[in-house]
Amino acid sequence: MFFLAAEGGESAHNPIIPIWQEIVVGGIAFILLCVVLMKFVFPRMEQTFQARVDAIEGGIKRAEAAQAEANQLLEQYRAQLAEARTDAARIRDDARADAEGIRQDILAKAREESDRIIAAGKEQLAAERATIVRELRTEVGTLAVDLASKIVGESLADEARRKGTVDRFLSGLESAGAR
Amino acid sequence: MFGQANVLAQGEAVFPPSVEDFYLPSILPWGAENSYWFTKITAMVWLAVGVLIIFFLASYRNPQLVPTKKQWFAESIYGFVRNNIAVDMIGHAGVRFAPYFTTLFCFILLTNFFAIVPFLQISPNSHIAFPAFLAVISYVMFIWVGIRHHGAGKFFKNSLIPPAPWYILPLLIPIEFFSTFLVRPFSLAVRLFANMFAGHMLLLVFTLGGFAMLNITPWLAPVSVLSWAMTVALTFLEFLVIVLQAYVFTVLTASYVQGALAEEH
Repeated sequence: MFFLAAEGGESAHNPIIPIWQEIVVGGIAFILLCVVLMKFVFPRMEQTFQARVDAIEGGIKRAEAAQAEANQLLEQYRAQLAEARTDAARIRDDARADAEGIRQDILAKAREESDRIIAAGKEQLAAERATIVRELRTEVGTLAVDLASKIVGESLADEARRKGTVDRFLSGLESAGAR
Repeated sequence: MFGQANVLAQGEAVFPPSVEDFYLPSILPWGAENSYWFTKITAMVWLAVGVLIIFFLASYRNPQLVPTKKQWFAESIYGFVRNNIAVDMIGHAGVRFAPYFTTLFCFILLTNFFAIVPFLQISPNSHIAFPAFLAVISYVMFIWVGIRHHGAGKFFKNSLIPPAPWYILPLLIPIEFFSTFLVRPFSLAVRLFANMFAGHMLLLVFTLGGFAMLNITPWLAPVSVLSWAMTVALTFLEFLVIVLQAYVFTVLTASYVQGALAEEH
């Protein structure tokens, strides 16, 4: 600046005319910059951008797949649950039916048993009654004969007539008792 | 700038600043004039290239799916140019241009930004050589892309012959040729160059102006302070211009490529 002042500030340069040395230097420098950045930096940035896009899209896809799988599992569980419910209902119905059947069986058996017991009792009663009647018959006959022989004073034990008389008397008693 | 300005304030102030203030003496060989191979300007270009290469290589040495802060920052720069410029302007086919656009955007942004970095404080883009080179790349690129996509005949037909009645074509074709094939590279280069040139000039004027007034009489000190306050304010404006011009250059390049790829005029 100072020498220019010494020269009197007379314009030796035209600012609109480029200096060729500067064009050469600037050109070399700029081309060097272009080569380095366009070869080593920006393509890698594009790759990184692409990788990032892929990562995000891949993440979305994975999430979608997981969602689909979860939905499918849910459906499966729901189906299984419904199946289990129908099974349970069926088992309950079966159990109810079984219980009813068992109850009916037990009732039938109980009835049969009671009938059998009643029948046996009746039979036994009838047999006892018959025995008693037979015993009574002989005893009453003996007593009557003894009484009659005492009254009449004679033994009628061997006589068939006497036997017939006693039987007739007892039959008359029986029919009167049954009535 | 204040370092220089302090020296200037000691009685060597040159006001108003001139075009020559943009042509600093050479660093190697030291102090030589009209030697441009290694100056502050070219050093800054190398610095920008070095910073960008180191930043991107370091932050993208080991890319992770879940990015670190540094990686995220590098990715958002690329993502911004890719999605908001390349894909927005060109559509899905723009993705393959995104690496170049991002390189272009970062290079212009950083070299522009040097205009307001203390001790650098001038943008290489205030020398038209650098914007011109970038503009030539954009120019060659859109023509080449167009020819490869459509074939030379269809590309020039699409570019030069608008859908208009035949009798107006003799007027339109030269206009189209002029605007598409002659003006485009110049407008691209000059827009960036002139913005950075004017921004640097403005900051020089207000900074040196403050010292110049102070040198005339101490009574003007308040006005000098006002002038320096303007410098600060203009630095913020300059920041806006820096970002905007980097964006505009990239968007226009994308727009030219989009025009070259478009089916219809």
